[in-house]
Amino acid sequence: MQQHKLLKNIAFYALVIVIVVFAVFPFYYAIVTSFSTGSQLFQVNYWPKAFNWANYEAVLGGRNFPRSIMNSLFIAGCTVGFSLFLAVTASYALARVRFRGRGLLLMTILAVSMFPQIAVLAGLFELVRFLGIFNTPWAMILSYTIFTLPFTVWVLTTFMRDLPVEIEEAAIVDGASPWVIITQVFLPLLWPALVTTGLLAFIGAWNEFLFALTFTSSESQRTVPVAIAMLSGASAQEIPWGPIMAASVIVTVPLIVLVLIFQRKIVAGLTAGGVKG
Amino acid sequence: MTDQVMAQASGPSLQQRRQRAAFWFLAPMLVALFFVAAWPLLRTIWFSMTDATLSNLYDAEWIGFGNYLQVRELSSGRTVYRGTLVDPDWWNAVWNTVRFSFASVFFETIFGLIVALVMNAEFKGRSIVRAAILIPWAIPTIVSAKMWGWMLNDQFGIINDILLNLGLIDQKIAWTASPETAMTAVLIVDVWKTTPFMALLILAGLQMVPRDIYEAARIDGINPVKVFFKVTLPLIKPALMVAVIFRLLDALRIFDLVYVLTPNSSATKTMSVISRENMIDFDKFAYGAAQSTLLFAIIAVFVSLYIWIGRVDLSGGRD
Amino acid sequence: MARIELKNVKKSYGAVDVIKGVDLDIRKGEFMVFVGPSGSGKSTLLRLISGLEDITSGEMRFDDQLVNNLVPSDRGIAMVFQSYALYPHMKVYDNMAFGMKLAKAEKAEIDRRVREAAKMLQIDHLLDRLPKQLSGGQRQRVAIGRALVRDPRVFLFDEPLSNLDAGLRVATRLEIAKLHHSMEDTTMIYVTHDQVEAMTLADRIAVLRDGLLEQVGTPAELYERPNSLFVAGFIGSPKMNFLTGKFAEAKGCKTLGIRPEHINVVAEGQGEWSGEVLHAEDLGSDNFLFVEIGADEPLIVRQPGKLKIALGSQVSLQPRPEKLHRFDHNDAPIR
Repeated sequence: MQQHKLLKNIAFYALVIVIVVFAVFPFYYAIVTSFSTGSQLFQVNYWPKAFNWANYEAVLGGRNFPRSIMNSLFIAGCTVGFSLFLAVTASYALARVRFRGRGLLLMTILAVSMFPQIAVLAGLFELVRFLGIFNTPWAMILSYTIFTLPFTVWVLTTFMRDLPVEIEEAAIVDGASPWVIITQVFLPLLWPALVTTGLLAFIGAWNEFLFALTFTSSESQRTVPVAIAMLSGASAQEIPWGPIMAASVIVTVPLIVLVLIFQRKIVAGLTAGGVKG
Repeated sequence: MTDQVMAQASGPSLQQRRQRAAFWFLAPMLVALFFVAAWPLLRTIWFSMTDATLSNLYDAEWIGFGNYLQVRELSSGRTVYRGTLVDPDWWNAVWNTVRFSFASVFFETIFGLIVALVMNAEFKGRSIVRAAILIPWAIPTIVSAKMWGWMLNDQFGIINDILLNLGLIDQKIAWTASPETAMTAVLIVDVWKTTPFMALLILAGLQMVPRDIYEAARIDGINPVKVFFKVTLPLIKPALMVAVIFRLLDALRIFDLVYVLTPNSSATKTMSVISRENMIDFDKFAYGAAQSTLLFAIIAVFVSLYIWIGRVDLSGGRD
Repeated sequence: MARIELKNVKKSYGAVDVIKGVDLDIRKGEFMVFVGPSGSGKSTLLRLISGLEDITSGEMRFDDQLVNNLVPSDRGIAMVFQSYALYPHMKVYDNMAFGMKLAKAEKAEIDRRVREAAKMLQIDHLLDRLPKQLSGGQRQRVAIGRALVRDPRVFLFDEPLSNLDAGLRVATRLEIAKLHHSMEDTTMIYVTHDQVEAMTLADRIAVLRDGLLEQVGTPAELYERPNSLFVAGFIGSPKMNFLTGKFAEAKGCKTLGIRPEHINVVAEGQGEWSGEVLHAEDLGSDNFLFVEIGADEPLIVRQPGKLKIALGSQVSLQPRPEKLHRFDHNDAPIR
């Protein structure tokens, strides 16, 4: 009996270790590779042999990759700010006010969040060209709204719905208008939800590829994912794995740190919305 | 009479005022969604019925369903069919997409269930597991495609090295380049990246199962495997179904992973990839628009299914 | 300060009628309690008076002014909620000052009113705390204080004691009674499902049932002259005994009601009814006997002081004839 239990425990922890290794190993290996240069790349190393910062210097010292980081930060920041601004008031109306057609509206918003991006690509392409924002960050800020806005509205609506009714009614009795209720009563209570939702939307915008690939044409306007996908070496045959891994580590580490800091809230946000980040 | 005057003087009631405020709160979002979603979608559908090209968007002529299916009677009396619906490349992409979607969701669900069950158990280091599985989720898709592309590299990849050392293969495999293995490579990366999301959704469902059910089952001496299939699985089925359909929708529109991991491989080219290729790279803008419209139609069917199965609480409140 | 008149007030949500036509006159400075079982519409009626819900039809007047469409903040009301509903992110002071700040009152005036109310409720030492740092009883006081600061015409309470434990409930009940005495001009409306709260606090009680007023009257009126079987059964603790069948027929009615405290234990063979003692509860001051006399349910008899009656023994019981309540087939009283 005792032995049986021990065996079960060993099997369980073995499974745990397998899961953790599978989850973490690719990123670990990217870090190992990012510190290797030259011929080190052409032999398989399981452990870091040297800490050579050359790849990082190459990536960050170049003209375009730092610009891509700034582009991505600017685009994701603007998109999230814009979406949250519109979503806070909209989700109040959706979560708190009874009106006809509310169910239909929510359903539409949910449906939009599952839109295949490719279906709007042709129309957006025309719109972007018409507005003269092709190959500028504004093209991305505009197009990313299609997934960040429904997502933030949906998640904030579920959070907003959980706030106690009586607090709102107390505010109404105190003479608060809907705008005052949102800004002075609900927002201070909702900021954890705002941070979570904003972070998830930020990750979504930071990682987007299709629109960024289609709506940029020059290297200086690229976002980080496009820049990494397009990173090329001296010749077409030679893929610069070292710099690619260095760039990957640079853009991923801040995300992982953020995610680990906010992990509890993120899990709540993901499951509240039932939506991908 | 005076009463009526006073009633009017006191203006709209609380509900009316709130509804008016709600309208103004919703209007900006609706306008924004109209411009980024509804209008482009309608334009895409419109383009799909024209002969527009990238360089010539505005002088496009209406050609009806020509991009979808065109039947022409040749002077020789032979009938010729043209358009997406008889394009073997398109059907190849459809088949690839469907194959990929069902396979990836299937494996994600299995692995997601296992991970969720592990995380639902009480043990030391549970928080480490949660942190660890969040990492694949947080890594941008393009980065994971590149990372795995490097690991699956035919000459210097660590995967080949491991498999050779274990004696599972006897020569190096060109995972991403060879048509036989390209889809497997895409599946590996996608399953690795999205299993965490699945696991978290399932875990949320598992945590809603009251603990005393397990305790009661243990006291009754029921086999844990039987408990899982007879008790746990039926209870989390709604959450599971929602997660599965959700992931399926996501898988059907896959673009970035395929585009970066296995560029130009007809063994993995999906509907999104081929649509964009036609639209932007091959200057067959309208043709690509038609293909993306078809993908939209397919996904629309799944969305209705999701809303129907999920029976999401759309009433939106306590009333 | 306000007299409140309801004329044929109705409220429905879609096809569901919650309030089915209520006429009620609440006098200036009165303490009115709405009481009834859950689902009777008592809370809805309060919310209609507060303005948080619109009335579907009918008329509502405050001091002869029609207020049907007036928003809550313009009605001169203040409300104390069941869950206290304090703003969690504001200190006690700001919680109490919020309404006046929104009304753009002068800072000095706000400060004076908040401190006055806080002093009255003995929460002046808590003004710098957040609600989560307070006990349940303290939160309740803050909620009352917030209402006081508004200097309302009408004070509304929505089951304010139901979240407190038994001991605190009695103490707070006393506080509210004191508050009412110190604010003689302010009309108070209080919703509860607890008839003891209703009896102890009210000037008048309105008993609701299924969206209609069953009876309105002083506690004594409701206790002594219930207008229906329902009110008779709802008011009083323990409940009035109801007897049917031969017991009722003997008095010429469909249902005969007698309160436990109006039945005397008399010497063997002297009482109208007799039976076996099934169970006895000794509360110290009173004894409750549960006697099987052949009716549908055991008869409950309340006897003051100490009483030595063994379980299983036979007792003879005599109801006080002037305290009998007789009801006809429509559950209406026969007088």
